[in-house]
Amino acid sequence: MTSTTTDLLLEATDVSKTYGAVVALDHASLSVRPGEVHALMGANGAGKSTFVKILTGAVTPDTGRIVVHGQERSSHSPAEARRNGIVSVYQEPAVIPDLDIRDNLRLTQTPLEPFRRWLSELGLEKLNLSTLARRLPLASLRIVDLARALAIEPDVLLLDEITAALPANLSERVLQVVQRQGTDRSVIFISHRLIEVAAVCNRATVLRNGETVGVLDITAGSEDRMVELMLGEVVAGLGQREQSAATPVQGSRQAARVEARQLSDDRRLRDATFDLYPGEVLGVVALEGQGQDELFDILAGAERPASGSLLVDGKPVSFRHPADAIRIGMVYVAADRAEALLMQRSVRENISLPFSARVSTWGWINRGREGRKVDKAVETLQIDARAGAEVRRLSGGNQQKVTIARWVASGVKTMLCFDPTRGIDIRTKNQIYVLLRELAATGAAILLYTSELKEIQLACDRVIVIFGGRVVAEMPAAGADEAALLRAAHNLKQGAELPEEVVAATSVEMAAVQAAIDQASGSASRRA
Amino acid sequence: MSATAASMDQPRPGPMDTVRTFGRNNAWTLGLLGFLAVLLVFTKVVNPFYSLGSLSSTATSVLPLALAAVAQAIIVISGGIDLSISAQMALTSCVAATMMKDNPGDGTAVAIVIGVLLLGMLLGAVNGALVVLTKVPDIVVTLATSFVWAGAALLVRPAPGGSAAQWLKDLVVGPAGIDLLPKAAVLLVVIVAVVWIPLSRSRLGLSLYAIGSDPLAAFRSGVPVSRTKFLSYVITGLVAAFAGLSLTASTGIGSPVPEPTYVLISIGAVVLGGVSLAGGIGGVFGPLVAVVVLQLIRDDMTFMRVNPNYGLVAQGFILIGVLMAGSFIQMRRTRA
Amino acid sequence: MTAAADTSGDRAWLRPAAWRNLLRDYPLIPLTVLLVLLVMTVELARPGTVSPNWAAFTVRQAAILAILAACQTLTMLTGGIDLSIGYIASMAGFVTATFVHQPGGWAFGVVVALAASALAGLVSGVGIGIFRVHPLIMTLGMGLIVFGFSNVWQLQSVQTGAGVPAELRTLGTGLTADVIPNDLAVFVPVAVALILLLRRTGYGRMLYAIGDNPVAARLSGVRSWQVLVVLYVLSALLAAVAGLLQSGLSNTASVTLVTPYLLPSVAAAVIGGTSILGGRGGYSGTIVGALILTVLAGFLSIILPEPWRQIVFGSIVVLVAAAYTRATAAG
Repeated sequence: MTSTTTDLLLEATDVSKTYGAVVALDHASLSVRPGEVHALMGANGAGKSTFVKILTGAVTPDTGRIVVHGQERSSHSPAEARRNGIVSVYQEPAVIPDLDIRDNLRLTQTPLEPFRRWLSELGLEKLNLSTLARRLPLASLRIVDLARALAIEPDVLLLDEITAALPANLSERVLQVVQRQGTDRSVIFISHRLIEVAAVCNRATVLRNGETVGVLDITAGSEDRMVELMLGEVVAGLGQREQSAATPVQGSRQAARVEARQLSDDRRLRDATFDLYPGEVLGVVALEGQGQDELFDILAGAERPASGSLLVDGKPVSFRHPADAIRIGMVYVAADRAEALLMQRSVRENISLPFSARVSTWGWINRGREGRKVDKAVETLQIDARAGAEVRRLSGGNQQKVTIARWVASGVKTMLCFDPTRGIDIRTKNQIYVLLRELAATGAAILLYTSELKEIQLACDRVIVIFGGRVVAEMPAAGADEAALLRAAHNLKQGAELPEEVVAATSVEMAAVQAAIDQASGSASRRA
Repeated sequence: MSATAASMDQPRPGPMDTVRTFGRNNAWTLGLLGFLAVLLVFTKVVNPFYSLGSLSSTATSVLPLALAAVAQAIIVISGGIDLSISAQMALTSCVAATMMKDNPGDGTAVAIVIGVLLLGMLLGAVNGALVVLTKVPDIVVTLATSFVWAGAALLVRPAPGGSAAQWLKDLVVGPAGIDLLPKAAVLLVVIVAVVWIPLSRSRLGLSLYAIGSDPLAAFRSGVPVSRTKFLSYVITGLVAAFAGLSLTASTGIGSPVPEPTYVLISIGAVVLGGVSLAGGIGGVFGPLVAVVVLQLIRDDMTFMRVNPNYGLVAQGFILIGVLMAGSFIQMRRTRA
Repeated sequence: MTAAADTSGDRAWLRPAAWRNLLRDYPLIPLTVLLVLLVMTVELARPGTVSPNWAAFTVRQAAILAILAACQTLTMLTGGIDLSIGYIASMAGFVTATFVHQPGGWAFGVVVALAASALAGLVSGVGIGIFRVHPLIMTLGMGLIVFGFSNVWQLQSVQTGAGVPAELRTLGTGLTADVIPNDLAVFVPVAVALILLLRRTGYGRMLYAIGDNPVAARLSGVRSWQVLVVLYVLSALLAAVAGLLQSGLSNTASVTLVTPYLLPSVAAAVIGGTSILGGRGGYSGTIVGALILTVLAGFLSIILPEPWRQIVFGSIVVLVAAAYTRATAAG
């Protein structure tokens, strides 16, 4: 273990990190050769971002060693990593919002000329360096961050979802630049998009549940293998869930619970029109940034629409505050638990939070009645409340259940779920889907946005697809396989040809997923 | 492989560009200056006897508070707050007055001044070390140390007294050559020029803004966050020591009891001067102008034979009125 | 997979983590121990000091500090702070005193004082809750305004004269049955009401909710401005009550009578375990914190000259706050 293979630029071995009870990385490893573009892959929550933070020194690992240029790194800080020639571009650009770009460059001691050169190469040559960073859009900040990283000629460049939220033209420029990186520089490339990985990467390391489950050379057809490695047990879990999920209720159509008509926020959401009926789970599918965030904010009363109308139970409504939406039974479950929970307070207080929100309920709390309501909700959602004195000590899945329990405890009429299963374990996901089906069966109307297309068929009755701020497609969940959804999400008419690369990517991904499902369910049945 | 030294010669943007950017980035300060100009005209109208000589007495009386505001501005920009500034001023002022009385002589006075400035940095260093090491919120730490500094001031001088070297007193009283230029204002400019201008141009200065604006992004940009925070308190302590010395210079003595309104008004002036309490935004010039504005309003009310205590009321109303208006405008804008 | 219980292992209590958790989950226990130790130290250092009389004297002063610290506890729970209470409390005592020789008498003065305090609190609450001005600044400005008006009032009431009403003196200084301070008649109901308010009412829950996570509170339908406006009015009224008691206790009426207690009121809340960042703490801890500070201040005034007293006082506040911060750090 003492001698280091000299042909490796960076080698991380046996890296572990736990956050409280959550194991983020479990003896993971990664080795990067000089001059390669190396993909770091993994499903949500596989430990990619923790790994990146450890490599760049932002987080100190519990165990493990990191060897750069054959020398073990002792201290951990971004400055130290920088001296070792490792520079990262994060999903959240490391740009100081209240300084202008020139001062941001001075702060990081970035030479100006190379920065300008890279900036124009990346398609942003017209940027005024005296602009305050907070006045620039996220996409520009990403490019600035990348150009700044390239300008100091690092040995290892870490790119974490660099193309997310970039418009197509910039995205292409970035990928070209990444691919062109010379022989002496390596790139660690993190992306969910298999197309990109296949296009620019030489090798890939795949993480699952914090462990390194495979390292492979990327050649034609290795996508299958990558997906297989990434999904692994996840797919087995999904297979089982299909049976446990209740069959969709396709009852006679009653009057719509929610009617959205031409809702718009003048920015991303342009013209959203759809109906949500009692007793159904309506799925929402959209690529990143198509206006779905804004739609949910408007429906939940957190933002006001710029135009359009919203009818609930046939009556027009205008929400000035989330309290208005809650009063008529429209409740919101956020993906970001930090947005929804009182982390220092107990499970009980978190669940009963909405009970006392109105002035008329500020008085004496009937502890018995509250306790019964809370206990019932805890039971319904199977929350493990052993560490319930402080919600921050619960696991992510249990935390998410608490945010749902809050609304279940007082009876749900309409529930707006924004990616409620993001970053939580498979068993909890399953429970949440079962719960959503049960709620719908009792007559609740549920709107479910999800970033995982597979979930649509598992939990929904119907699905609408949003593109460019408009609802561009509606279909029954039964017919909404991932290919169909992906087509719709790219706004391709039924029967029209997908652009070649998307077709290729989709079919590759689909085939791979299918193969993985077959294999996993096969092995699962063998085990049984 | 390590970051190469930055070559900062860059194509200059056009002059109009510069003006526009400067205007946009300093709109608040410029507005405040405009208000100050109006206020000066108003002062002349209500008090025809207000002369250039009065200007210099205004400057003398405002100097300690102005320096306190600069000290507070620096720490607030870095994302902190210092409730112990007036106690630091009392302690440094007492030490200076006591030592100058015990060791008369202009030469020794210079040494004493330097020593007191070092003492200020030491006090700031203690504040900073406590904030960084204990992770207790700044407001609690500096609240607690304000007791310590005030106690130490009482140890040095149980009662107001001591003396100041003549040259020190001369530094702050009266006009400098021509009437238009009060010495106190010149001194203020010099102190700011010596401390703030080089600082704000340096990488440390940028780091102060960085940790105040977004500590995580600063950390990821390679800024040593803890060290910078520590240094921000040291610098604040240094400026607070200047403020303490100016107290001794203008009163000729040292008083061990901290003036309670200094902390309050320094925070108020900082916010009124366009520095965000959330950190990362603003400079020291806005707060300086704000201090003068607040002082002039009180003076004007005295001239107008309004009960001077309404001056306090007016300061309070201006403080919260401006902030309410500011946030109201912001609310309207985000809603539109 | 869920958070592992910290109590695993036989001798868990030996580990520092166990002590951390004790301080975090039941701060009253170590605080009370600290108080008892302090009282024992006082007795050991000066045998014979601790007596019923001493206790009455201490409790009398601590009750006032505890009421002032209630203002900080409540506002700090929401992530705020109230720096106007020193001036508001002084104003309340002073205004009441100026009505002694007026028609209506001191009782009318109390009504005026409470109304003026409530008005000041209302303006602060509107600024903080509706205009979103930072509480530090808002209450700071409000303090200056109240102080200014108090001074104006002082000048105008010079002719009429002022005096602390006998009733307030009795309440502030008197003892029932020679040991029970009369001001407990005010303090005990206030304290019980506040503890119940925080623990057993919906309003109390809202204070914690806003301080812990304002976004979550809003998304759960809490209109925080309503909570905050009520809060700062309540805080101002509590301050006024403390001011009345203090003017009775010290038999003086001055527009700066209570201002020296502003910083100790923050310190008492912090020592009592209320986080200045919001969402954590309670009033029972604050009461013990006020007792500790009062005993400490009294003790230090016996054994140390004033300067050292302040130095030790400040150091202890930092130490206790540091201990809490370690105990409640995430993880």
